[in-house]
Amino acid sequence: MSDVNNLHDIGTLLNVICPMHAVVDHTGHIVHAGASTHKLFASGDALGARFLEAFELKRPRAATTMKDLRAMAGVKLHLKLRAAPRTELKGILVPLGKDTTFGPPGGAIINLSFGISVLDAVNDFSLTSADFAATDLAVEMLYLVEAKSAAMEASRKLNLRLQGAKVAAEEQAFTDTLTGLRNRRAMDHVLNRMMETEQDFALMNLDLDYFKAVNDNMGHAAGDYVLQRVAQIMVNETRSEDTIVRTGGDEFVLIFAGLTNRPRVSEIADRLIARLEEPIDFNAQTCRISASIGATLSCDYKMPALEQMMDDADVALYAAKDRGRGQHVLFDASLRGGDRVVAMPGR
Amino acid sequence: MHGLINRSIERFVRDTYGRDVWIGLTQKLDLGFTEFESMLTYDDELTARLLDELSSSLDKPTADVLEDIGTYLVSHPSCEALRRLLRFSGVNFVDFLHSLDDLPARTQLAVSDLDLPGLELREFATDFFCLTVHSDQVRMPGFGHVVTGLLRAMADDYGALVFLEHKGGRDGREIIDVRLLETAFASGRDFELGVRAG
Repeated sequence: MSDVNNLHDIGTLLNVICPMHAVVDHTGHIVHAGASTHKLFASGDALGARFLEAFELKRPRAATTMKDLRAMAGVKLHLKLRAAPRTELKGILVPLGKDTTFGPPGGAIINLSFGISVLDAVNDFSLTSADFAATDLAVEMLYLVEAKSAAMEASRKLNLRLQGAKVAAEEQAFTDTLTGLRNRRAMDHVLNRMMETEQDFALMNLDLDYFKAVNDNMGHAAGDYVLQRVAQIMVNETRSEDTIVRTGGDEFVLIFAGLTNRPRVSEIADRLIARLEEPIDFNAQTCRISASIGATLSCDYKMPALEQMMDDADVALYAAKDRGRGQHVLFDASLRGGDRVVAMPGR
Repeated sequence: MHGLINRSIERFVRDTYGRDVWIGLTQKLDLGFTEFESMLTYDDELTARLLDELSSSLDKPTADVLEDIGTYLVSHPSCEALRRLLRFSGVNFVDFLHSLDDLPARTQLAVSDLDLPGLELREFATDFFCLTVHSDQVRMPGFGHVVTGLLRAMADDYGALVFLEHKGGRDGREIIDVRLLETAFASGRDFELGVRAG
């Protein structure tokens, strides 16, 4: 009877100081357990279970007998619940002497803790603050995890908003405000990327013809309106993957990604010129403009170089203007020689 | 002032009086934006102007508005995360009261640049406490009223019946009397360690 009373006293003490403990006898069976230890068992009752049948000892090494278990006194034990949800636990063991009056002789006292698995364990075992010793930091850890998650979430939202603002700012910085087309900065960006990734493209320099007359005779409002209409036409006549840039007052650059077909470039140039020559009405007046185009294709170069291509597109553009405006010219090496001109009249 | 404070005031107005009232306030104050960022810092003076304007547009003393904010922070469903964080501090209302001294430090564990006024609890009897709020420490005048509202809602949350009285302020300190009439007056609201809000 003294043994039982003694166990009762020890149990009462352990329940307060470490509610997730187990007292095992010399056969390795649990003879006393804290309230939290009971919760680990589906039945809600740990008493009578063989400790090593309920818990798998993973580190420092496996154990199958009470002797093995007792040999691991004072070192950190890594345990795992054999039953679902197979929760990982940490433990520490104190063996009891063969002749002790403190607990079952030849037994052991094992204190358990969840370690990092406490986050899942509180859900899995419906734990409350009362399941942890007042000195245990588990509840503080749960608090911290929730508090940090909430703070992180607020920071994440701020980051998203700042990122959105950055994208909008970049978008603006790459956009010509009058026409909504890309600006020169955007063009450099697009062309450099194409060169870096070795993508083929066709480069078209387009100058409006007779635009100065519209501006001079009908005023800047008419000029601005014409530029916006021009931008619209160019957007309509190209694909979404093409880039249209307003580089100056009435000067534009069009970049056609993946275009390697000379006749196709000619077709596009012709259609653009035809569409731009359609009369534009502004305040009961009619504006008439046209366009000259010089183009070059990256696939015509053994080693395409950006400066060379832009220069060649300009040479072609001036050749087109020389031929009397409203025309397009595809660059050809002979343009630089000055005798044979590869030109296809615009109309 | 930390953005979280301004954001709390904003959420209080939006959730209690509606979006239009809030937008109206931001226009009167000429903020130039309609949403405070929780994780940015704003001028202290802006918070003071916001509270003044809120008080006059609701036709309510600032103290009452502040107390309502404190209650809102615990009892409104959109603040469930905060209620849970507060509930972690104590297993019952008395335990919670005793943890208030740690509240500023606990807050800083989560958000290191959020300075809250120091709180100091004195127990005169097992059912009579006095809480000192050092609102001058972090230039948050009237914070004691927020604490009063918050304690009232937390008492409800724990199911305790209390009598709270803000005794006014002096020398940058505010005093709140807490009389505990019953610890288990009602069943209170559930709190499970493992159910994470938001």
